[in-house]
Amino acid sequence: MRLITHNMLKCHVKNCDNPDKQFPLRFKGAELEQVEAERNDEFLVRMIPRLDWRALLVTTKELGIELPENIPEEPENDDAFLQALHAAILETHVKEGSMVCNGCSHEYKITKGIPNMLLAEHEI
Amino acid sequence: MGLATPDTSHLSRPEYATVYEPAEDTYLLLDALEADRTSLVALRPTICVEIGSGSGCVSSFLSTVLSPSPSLIISTDINPAATRATRETTLEQRGVFEQCQTRFVQAFGDRLNNSVDVLVFNPPYVVTPNEEIDVTEEASAWAGGDCGRKVLDMLLPQIPELLSPSGRFYLITIEENKPNEIIEFLQLHGLVGTRVMERRAGREHLSVLKFTRTK
Repeated sequence: MRLITHNMLKCHVKNCDNPDKQFPLRFKGAELEQVEAERNDEFLVRMIPRLDWRALLVTTKELGIELPENIPEEPENDDAFLQALHAAILETHVKEGSMVCNGCSHEYKITKGIPNMLLAEHEI
Repeated sequence: MGLATPDTSHLSRPEYATVYEPAEDTYLLLDALEADRTSLVALRPTICVEIGSGSGCVSSFLSTVLSPSPSLIISTDINPAATRATRETTLEQRGVFEQCQTRFVQAFGDRLNNSVDVLVFNPPYVVTPNEEIDVTEEASAWAGGDCGRKVLDMLLPQIPELLSPSGRFYLITIEENKPNEIIEFLQLHGLVGTRVMERRAGREHLSVLKFTRTK
């Protein structure tokens, strides 16, 4: 699971609805792998508005990954920024581990790179 | 047919026994996407989602249809074997693929609102008693309950929320699902829908419905 997907995942346990706590999910025991991938700047620039930058900063800091605090005025012309963004969201994969909700403590497991976000009957 | 159908021969392995193998409904959806190739590429989709990806055949093919324009393609399924099958199928393909085990897009809360550029769903559409829905992993792929609509109906109200301004939703139906009723329902919620392709396969009269936002 790449960090780009993690940036979209939210806790959806019943009654867990504090937006500050249910997102982003906090990694626990995350096994990371960097996998080089072809960079496409046009795609990266299109993706920027879809990202929750605050959440991405929280997560990359947690994992010790470099990411600029601010999105530049003209990201399409900022090679260093695009490289850092590309490495963080598209080349950083979480293979195993879990994601914990800071609000309700529910743990979602990641197995072989795939997060399991299913809840039990009583949690929905 | 122009584009190659993704290889799903790995589905014969026992670990994938519960995963829906591509069939006529799958191929009809591939054909509909391929027919729209020019306009889909012109959309420059950033985020695509396939709900209930099963084998991953459609998700994988979607990347080919959109190439060389890259897009994030998220595949969801409640069956963990299907998420793994999808991952294996898409690994062969060029693209940015992600899998998530979840019901519909529940894992994403409102993060995908107004953000899905291409949404694809081949739902469990077979008419069955309601008790058969999700009774096994295998059944989750095809058991649709009353009119084969019970599972789809849980998702329908969310479709207008998910689509981006220029977003599209492709859906497989059979006549028993009352496609005109589906079109009418989504029309009340600001989406215009048309039947873009049809095919008879055995006793099933399959259609692909395509929805976009009304201008």
